[in-house]
Amino acid sequence: MHDVALELIDDSGQTRPADSRAGTILEARGLSFDAGGQRLIDDVTLPIRQGRRTVLLGPNGAGKSLLLRLLHGLIAPSEGAVLWRGRPLDRTARRAQAMVFQRPVLLRRSVLANIRFALGARGMRGAERRARAAEALETARLTDLARRPARVLSGGEQQRLALVRALACEPEILLLDEPTSSLDPASTHAIEDLINAANARGVSVLLITHDLGQARRMGDDLVFLHGGRVAETGDLRQCLRTPQSEPLRAWLDGRLHFDQATS
Amino acid sequence: MDGFGAILADAIGLILSGDPDLAEIIGLSLRVTLSAVALACAIGLPLGAVVGAFRFPGRTVLTVVLNALMGLPPVVVGLMVYLMLSASGPLGVLGLLYTPTAMIIAQTILVTPIVAALTKQVVEDMHAEYAEQFVSLGVGPAGRVMALLWDARYSLLTVALAGFGRAVAEVGAVIIVGGNINHVTRVMTTTIALETSKGNLQLALALGVVLLSIALTVNAAVMALRASAVRAAYA
Amino acid sequence: MIRRAFLGLAATTVLALGLSGPAAAQDSYIVVQSTTSTQNSGLFDHILPMFRDETGIEVRVVAVGTGQAIKNAANGDGDVLFVHAKPAEEKFVAEGHGVSRADVMYNDFVIVGPPADPAGVAGMSDVVASLTKIAEAEAPFASRGDDSGTNKAELRLWKEAGIDAAASSGSWYRETGSGMGATLNAGTAMGAYIMTDRATWIAFGNKGEYEIAVEGDPKMFNQYGIILVNPEKHPNVKADLGQQFIDWVLSDAGQAAIAGYEVDGQQLFFPNAGE
Repeated sequence: MHDVALELIDDSGQTRPADSRAGTILEARGLSFDAGGQRLIDDVTLPIRQGRRTVLLGPNGAGKSLLLRLLHGLIAPSEGAVLWRGRPLDRTARRAQAMVFQRPVLLRRSVLANIRFALGARGMRGAERRARAAEALETARLTDLARRPARVLSGGEQQRLALVRALACEPEILLLDEPTSSLDPASTHAIEDLINAANARGVSVLLITHDLGQARRMGDDLVFLHGGRVAETGDLRQCLRTPQSEPLRAWLDGRLHFDQATS
Repeated sequence: MDGFGAILADAIGLILSGDPDLAEIIGLSLRVTLSAVALACAIGLPLGAVVGAFRFPGRTVLTVVLNALMGLPPVVVGLMVYLMLSASGPLGVLGLLYTPTAMIIAQTILVTPIVAALTKQVVEDMHAEYAEQFVSLGVGPAGRVMALLWDARYSLLTVALAGFGRAVAEVGAVIIVGGNINHVTRVMTTTIALETSKGNLQLALALGVVLLSIALTVNAAVMALRASAVRAAYA
Repeated sequence: MIRRAFLGLAATTVLALGLSGPAAAQDSYIVVQSTTSTQNSGLFDHILPMFRDETGIEVRVVAVGTGQAIKNAANGDGDVLFVHAKPAEEKFVAEGHGVSRADVMYNDFVIVGPPADPAGVAGMSDVVASLTKIAEAEAPFASRGDDSGTNKAELRLWKEAGIDAAASSGSWYRETGSGMGATLNAGTAMGAYIMTDRATWIAFGNKGEYEIAVEGDPKMFNQYGIILVNPEKHPNVKADLGQQFIDWVLSDAGQAAIAGYEVDGQQLFFPNAGE
C-alpha cells in the first residue's frame, strides 16, 4: 500500500490548487483496533495527503467511522500508530484537526455561543474571538440566527453550524463523518460548498460518505474500506472507473451492501 | 379538631395576618434553607460533575458513598454537627452552636450528597453525548466541568429543588444544632414540632400548610423557568 | 430572558447566602438549657421579657428533655441549667459541671386518663396505689421513656409501687421515647394513662375528653432547680450574665413573676426559692 501512495504523489494536482504539495499530512501505520474480541480495524496503513479531499468509502460496518476516530485520536488503537506530519498524534496535533460528526453535537446554547465555546477552547478571547465568531456565522449564513438556541435549528442549519464551528478553529484538516447523511439536497449542497471553500483555502479534507454522487463531486483520493482493511486506494476517478479490488467492484455493482468480509 | 377546611382557613388567616413573628420564622427558614442549598450546590455541583464526567480510581466507591449519604437521617447529621460545634467539641471555640450558621452547616451536610449524586447522574448522561466533541475541540478538564454544568443548568435547577425540598422540610437536624430558640433559631419546621408538642395540632397543621405553600411557590417558579428552557431545547 | 431569569435566581441565592452571617450582633445574651415543661407551658414567654427589660440581657432557651439538657450543659453548651430532676442535678454539680444548685419553684405531676377510666383510678390521690391498679388492670400507660425529669419521677414511683413496668414494655406499658407533648398526643390517642406535669397539661391544647385522674399526692411534687454551668470547666460560659439571671429568678421580683403566671386562671408554678 505504500507503493500505491507513492504513485498517487506522482499523478497529483490535476484540478487542485497550486499550493498542493501533496505531502502526507496524516498517516495510519499498521493500525488495528479490537473490541469485544473482534478485530474491527485490521492493520491499516494509509497516508492522507495534504491539501487533497480524500473520500472514505465502504459498506456499513467496514470500520469507516472507527478509522476516522482513530485518526483523530478519539480512541486509542490496539496496535500501530497514527502519525501527524510524521510524528505521533498528540493533543497539540489534534488541535490542527477538526471533526464533524454524523449527528452534530451542539451545546445547549445559542448558535453564537457554540462557536464562541469552540474558539474559547483554543484559548481565544475578547475582540479576536468576537470577530472570528461573526465571520464564521457569516460564512454559514447563520448571522440572523446567532441568538437562537442551536438545538432548535433545522438539521441543515445545525450541520452548517457544526461545520463552521469546526472551521472557525482553523484546522489543517477536516474530518467529516457523513455530514450530509440526513440532509435534503439544498442543505447538502450548502455543506459541500463550505467544505470545498475550506479546501480551496488549503484545508485538507477526509470525508466519509455513502453517497457515490457526493464522492464523485467531492473526492480527489479514494480509500475503500472493507472488513476493517483498506481494500483499495488511489485516485478517486480512476478507482471508480476501473476498480482493481473485488470488494470495490462488488460494491459499485450493488452486490456488496453489508460487510461480509469477516463471515 | 376541626376538618381540613378549617385548617386551611387558619393557614390563610395566618398568612394574611402578617404576624411579625410568623414572618420572622418564615424568613429564617428561607434564609437557612437557601443558604444551605447554595452552599451544597457550590460543593455538590462540581463534585457531581467531576464524578459524572471523569473516570478515576475510586470513582465507583465515591458514587456508592454519595448515594448512601443521600439517605442520611437528619437526626444523625444534627448529632454529628452538635458534637463538632459543642463547646466541648473540636470547633466549640467558634461559638456557632445554637445559631442559624449551625443550622446552615447541618443542612448543607444533608443536602450536598443529594446535589452531588443527582448532578453526577445528569452530567454523566450529558457527557456521554459531549465527550468526543470535547476531545475533538481540545477542551480541558476544568472547561469540561464548567461547560457540562452550564449546559445542564436547567436540569440542575431540579437538582437544587430536590435539595431545597429536603432542607426546608427537615426538622431533626436543625432542632438539635439550632435549639429552636425563639427569635433566634426558630424555623417553620421546629415551630411545627413545638406546636405539636403543645397539643396545638390545628395551628401546627396550618403552619404545615404555610410551609407547603412556600415549597409549592418555589417549585412552581423553578418549573416555569425550566419549561421555558425546554421549549428552547436547552434542557 | 431565560438567561436573565436564571442569573436572577443565582443572584438571589448568593444574596441569601451573604445575609446569613452570625446570628445576632449583640453579645448580651445567655443560653439556658431547660425543659419542655417550662417552655410549652408558656412560663418563659411570661417571665423572660421582664428580665430583659430590667437587665437588657436576652435569654435564649433550648427546651429539651431534662436528660438531654443536663448532657448539653455538661458539654458546656449553655450558661444556665434550669430543670427538674433533683438527684441528677446534684450529681451534675458534684461532678463539677455546675457551680451550685438552688431551688426555684415547684409544680406537681398528675396522672391524666380517659373518661372510661378502665383502671378505676379517677379521683384517687395515692399515686402508688393508683399505679398498682393500673398495672393490675393492665390498662394502657404511656411513658415518655426519654430519661427526662418527668420520666425519672415516674420510674421512681413505679419502683416504689414494686412494679417492674419495663417488663411489660410493648404491651400495656408503652414508652414513646419522646417529649411530654408528643407523649400526650400519642397517649390520648391510644386511650392510655399518662403522667405529666400539671403546667404542661393545663397549657396543652389537644386534651380531647381527657381529665386529671390522680393528683394531690406529695410524692408527685415536682421541684425545679437552677444551676450556673461551671466557668472553670467551660471557659466559654458567660458566668456574669448567667449569675445575673439566676439572681433575678431567685429574687423577689423573679419569684413574683413566676407566681404571677396563670393559664385559665390557674397558677402553674409555685416559687419556693430559699425555703
